[in-house]
Amino acid sequence: MVGILLLAVALAPLVAIILIVVARRPGLAAALNLTASIVSFAAAVPLPWLVQADPRVFWDGYIIVDALGAWVVLCAAVVYLLASIHAVGYMRLLDEPGRLPVFYALFAGFALTTLVGPMMNNAGLYWIAIELTTLVSTFLVAFERAAESIEAAWKYIIVVSGGISLALLGTILFYWAGSFVLGPTYDMTWEALRGAAPRMNHALLTLAFLLVLIGYGTKVGLAPMHTWLPDAHSEGPTPVSALLSGALLNTAMIGIIRYLAIADAAHTGPLLRLTLVALGVVSLIVAALFIVRQEGIKRLMAYSSVEHMGVIALGVGFGGPLGIAGALYHMLNHSLNKSLMFFGAGNMMRSYGTKDIADIRLVGRHFPVAGALWLAGAVAITGAPPFGLFASELTILRAGLQTSAAWASFVMAVLLIVIFIGFLNHFRLMYAEAPEQPDSVRGGLSAWCVAPMWLALLPLFALGLWWPQAVWAYFGGITHALGDGSLLAGHMP
Amino acid sequence: MLAAHLPPLAASLFSLIAIASLLLAFVMLGSRWLRHYLYAFAAESWLIGILSAAIGYYGDYPELYLIAILTFLFRGCLLPYLVLRIIRRLHIAREVHVILQASTSLVVGAFAVIFALGVSSRIGAELGLTGTVVVLALTVMLSMKLIGFLMLAVRHEAISQILGLLVLENGIFLGAQILVPGMPLLIEIVILFDLLIVVACFGLLVQYLMTHVGTTSSLELRRLVG
Repeated sequence: MVGILLLAVALAPLVAIILIVVARRPGLAAALNLTASIVSFAAAVPLPWLVQADPRVFWDGYIIVDALGAWVVLCAAVVYLLASIHAVGYMRLLDEPGRLPVFYALFAGFALTTLVGPMMNNAGLYWIAIELTTLVSTFLVAFERAAESIEAAWKYIIVVSGGISLALLGTILFYWAGSFVLGPTYDMTWEALRGAAPRMNHALLTLAFLLVLIGYGTKVGLAPMHTWLPDAHSEGPTPVSALLSGALLNTAMIGIIRYLAIADAAHTGPLLRLTLVALGVVSLIVAALFIVRQEGIKRLMAYSSVEHMGVIALGVGFGGPLGIAGALYHMLNHSLNKSLMFFGAGNMMRSYGTKDIADIRLVGRHFPVAGALWLAGAVAITGAPPFGLFASELTILRAGLQTSAAWASFVMAVLLIVIFIGFLNHFRLMYAEAPEQPDSVRGGLSAWCVAPMWLALLPLFALGLWWPQAVWAYFGGITHALGDGSLLAGHMP
Repeated sequence: MLAAHLPPLAASLFSLIAIASLLLAFVMLGSRWLRHYLYAFAAESWLIGILSAAIGYYGDYPELYLIAILTFLFRGCLLPYLVLRIIRRLHIAREVHVILQASTSLVVGAFAVIFALGVSSRIGAELGLTGTVVVLALTVMLSMKLIGFLMLAVRHEAISQILGLLVLENGIFLGAQILVPGMPLLIEIVILFDLLIVVACFGLLVQYLMTHVGTTSSLELRRLVG
């Protein structure tokens, strides 16, 4: 059963790509991509419940579906579905029907690479999956062919390729460290590495982990390696921004989580976790500074992604049942919420014909429904109750207080408040401030553009009010599978 | 582990190839002519191909002969050819405005090697492999990494940045051959193919840069800030 669902998740986009390339008709391409996203989503939803505590391995151990991977696949599938719905309405506004088949083929390809990344059981293949996500999404970022988009794509591919090559070096050093224990040739599965970790050399393991952390951290968008992120997220078409932010970043984060479990098994001390916590704090600081003074609407959302990846990094770094649960819950909430925010930003960008916050005014009056949804999303993404992100951020804060790195929790709390004020201030201006000159607003957002906002907001609301016991148990299982470990929790007060 | 118990002849051969590759990285660092970069890169790739074959012979890993042939074909011939085509199409022969003079970057590169040596000897001592070819391989691997990043930072022509990334990868590949010759064949082959796709993507993007932005110098790419 799990195998069939897994095939459906991966094959749906693959088949869609082939059919789109063969048919080359814009309308059909959109329909095919949408169908693929629905199939992927439908197949990904039962995965976490089916695998629960016992991971399944396929294809000679190259593919794994464990609780952690299934959760990240679910997050990616949610965003793929929402973004595909939005793409139908949004891409029509670009008025280039001839290039739509290329767009949808690349889009499905990007979704495919993000969906299969978390399923890779071999550290080398995981690296290749992450590399492929970069290559495909570069052309999506460059899709609009404006000078800015090409510039963003160039920065994206150079910065991320450089970063990811560090991850390759780290991967090879991990293999080398393992070869002292397991012999010169072995399959580099996560499980094998973890089994060998206690007997690996500590200095070598530390070096390898730091390289991997910086490498995949670049892809996750942790500051100070985040420089590609605001450009790529703001210059690509909106559905691409949503997929980059809501799906891709999680797919890269899972690598860090898995390697951290290996490092934990080796008992190298708290240094590695502290490094991750420090990267999280730096991300929050950078995001806070740039959010407060931001002028571009999509760049605002992009820096908010840096912020939330910082929050997840903190949760993972704190570790323990609370930290892991908070981080994983935050992944899903962030995927839903950031998609909503990007859809709103894209809609407003097209309606007002500008990316500048200063030129977007009286949103609530022009767009009562879409505007209200977007505003609710803005309240949610800053971590205010009653939405899901409030619950997950609070859990991560609590997790931090139980560790020896409690200072990070306090810093996080302060920075979240700064971001709350800065972020909502932009929305106050966009909703309440009168425009300097009477603006020309292109009205009439299509249902395709607004419906995904509803579909994102309602679950987000539900997740904030009600955190089912089963989900707690599920996260508990993942924490256990990762080795229960938080080395920072050694000094509980 | 193979590299720790080598016959003296093999150890000297591996050391020679590793040091020659490092020297070629310095050639790339010291030149301003794009073609020199390219020739140095191609020569470096051939050396790595020879290294793969030599390790296959001494360590009895027959699959490394295949890797050696693929390295020759892809890294030694096809990649340089692809990059050469991009250079021809762009009519750019050299870096026009250098951020760091060639002599200065050579000195910085030398410091990078010293740093890499420090890290490697520490790791070598930890593993009880001091004085073997392992330390040298690790040094060359890390220094080529640092030199590649240096090239990325101080060069701004799109082609030099591509070649900088390729140097990063060459360093890893060279080190991997000596340190983990037993790495599964599948992974190595996929990484080789991956590199080919990367360069193809870069080629396409450089073309976009030329037609839509009007420049291939990253110094001119400054619309997106803040």
